[in-house]
Amino acid sequence: MLQFSFWDILSNLLIATQWTIVLSLIAFFCGGIVGLVLLFMRTSRIAPLAWFTKIYIEFFQGTPLLMQLFLFFFGIALFGVEVSPWTAATLALTFWTSAFLTEIWRGCVESIPKGQWEASSSLALSYIEQMRYVILPQASRIAIAPTVGFSVQVIKGTALASIIGFVELTKAGTMLNNATFRPFLVYSLVALIYFCLCFPLSWWAKKIEGRLNVAR
Amino acid sequence: MSYKLQFAELLPYWNVLLQGLVFTIVLTVVSTVAGIAVGTAGASARTFGPAWLGRVVAVYVELIRNTPFIVQLFFIFFGLPALGLKLSETTAAFLAMVINLGAYSTEIIRAGIEAVPKGHIEAGLSLAMTKWEVLRRIVLNQAFRKIYPALSSQIIIVMLGSAVVSQISAEDLTYAANFIASRNFRNFEVYLLVALAYLVLAILTRAALRALGRVIFKAR
Amino acid sequence: MSLVSIRDVRKSFGANEVLKGVSLDIAKGDVVAIIGRSGSGKSTLLRCINGLETYQSGSITADGIEVAGANTNLRELRRHVGMVFQQFNLFPHLTAAENVMLAPTVVNKVSKAEARATAAEVLAKVGLSEKMDAYPSELSGGQQQRVAIARSLAMRPKVLLCDEITSALDPELVNEVLRVVEQLAREGMTLILVTHEMRFARDVGTKLVFMHHGKVHEEGVPKEVFAAPRTPELQQFVGQVG
Repeated sequence: MLQFSFWDILSNLLIATQWTIVLSLIAFFCGGIVGLVLLFMRTSRIAPLAWFTKIYIEFFQGTPLLMQLFLFFFGIALFGVEVSPWTAATLALTFWTSAFLTEIWRGCVESIPKGQWEASSSLALSYIEQMRYVILPQASRIAIAPTVGFSVQVIKGTALASIIGFVELTKAGTMLNNATFRPFLVYSLVALIYFCLCFPLSWWAKKIEGRLNVAR
Repeated sequence: MSYKLQFAELLPYWNVLLQGLVFTIVLTVVSTVAGIAVGTAGASARTFGPAWLGRVVAVYVELIRNTPFIVQLFFIFFGLPALGLKLSETTAAFLAMVINLGAYSTEIIRAGIEAVPKGHIEAGLSLAMTKWEVLRRIVLNQAFRKIYPALSSQIIIVMLGSAVVSQISAEDLTYAANFIASRNFRNFEVYLLVALAYLVLAILTRAALRALGRVIFKAR
Repeated sequence: MSLVSIRDVRKSFGANEVLKGVSLDIAKGDVVAIIGRSGSGKSTLLRCINGLETYQSGSITADGIEVAGANTNLRELRRHVGMVFQQFNLFPHLTAAENVMLAPTVVNKVSKAEARATAAEVLAKVGLSEKMDAYPSELSGGQQQRVAIARSLAMRPKVLLCDEITSALDPELVNEVLRVVEQLAREGMTLILVTHEMRFARDVGTKLVFMHHGKVHEEGVPKEVFAAPRTPELQQFVGQVG
């Protein structure tokens, strides 16, 4: 049997951490773009669009992320397309992220006083223009803290990709545990690495939130 | 699409699904009650307790909030036996859930406590109530009213997150789904059905919590 | 013997000394009005009397109990020293009656029925019999403050501390609260009020204390002090406010 030193374990985990980071970044940015489109749909006055978005959000917020991963993994395969864990994880995490970001951002949009909508429509701005020039610039200021806060949930969410076989930090931990039989050490290190990724973001989110409260 | 969905093949397994569903519900209810108890104690310690205890609680909260639930679960189930603490799948699942929700509810309840005006605490003290009487009768009461919606959302998040306990073979709803899929290979059908079961569970939980809130906080 | 005795009390917030050796004696039945500019230390002094603030040196005894003593039971002290606040601080989750009943049931272990009877009595005294089951949010500021006074009265305090209790009220609501306080004074309740209501201090007070820069600058019988302030600071203060 191969002998793993502490440094072998740590370096293997750190290599796998790169994939956790890559998957998190993709899910967060793609999720953000989808979320922005959904935000326009959700807040628009066209009823079917708003309804579709509502159901979409209900589904992705109301079912376990793990189920969503399974559904993408096995669902796409039904079309006869070969799905890699990578594709399924990216898609599931993107849609899952977008649902939460849309809801967070909607809250920010709705916190903008009604007078801003009335004043801007009195200036003959269209819905898209109102959002673009009046509402979003104000809402985005409030949105930064909860958005950064949610990025922590995305990083933690990527851990579930391990279950459909995507090799990232958690999966690497499981594999190293099977090879070394040192679960306490391996999972402590895995937890520590996640903590190092997430804590700065949590801390930053709290700091922005505090600053915003002082400014108001 | 050439594939035909065949939900009929799930029928023979209805009792497996039902058992899993019951496990998930019990797991959620028990960890909600215990987790909120932990959270109340933690938040009280952070705001009213000695400084050293507050720091211990803060470390606990940050450790849990900044690591994935599945890693916490693996640490408890696979890691702790190395220290001589061997737990069954079910015990490990319950313990991980309580520890997880305990940390989140500590943070939520603490925010509620801090939103209670300082003057209310002083008024209580001036009426000769002790610190703990003030905490129980005035502060926590108001705090829970304020944070009830946030706490309700967290309970649902934790309920959905509990799907992960299937990975240590705790026999919840997701475990049932995996079991069935391994028998009849109707993966998509099983997971779709179970996903919808979770969705219904989430919607019912939300409605139940809202109704419960109206009963508890019936005033105004 | 005085009911409240304050001896050379000093208190600092960090480097900022807000009480620089304050001494006062308050006898049973006194109605003491403490006036002075904001920042003169008058509210801090009041909050020291029931132990909401601590002080660094000197001593305060209330009803024979040393406030900052090492073994002082603050709970025992506060059973006899009531306080009413500028911001009312009613408990929003409780009705007016429940606000009043809370301390008697929790602290004095009085039965609910008995506490409710007491609540009815003290709420009647402040003219709010018909608002027993109203929540604070359903009451005007003046009504809320009267409930807060009733809440303190239900503990049968020997002395009542009032910290600028009309300052947060709209002008038209001030009088209904002052009338309640005046009634208490007539019934012989010992009152210590930090106030900006000069006319009230003069007409109802038995003793006037003017605080300036953390010290008692001038004290005496209100009518005399107001008629002939001895120090230029009080002259100026009365000129500005009155």
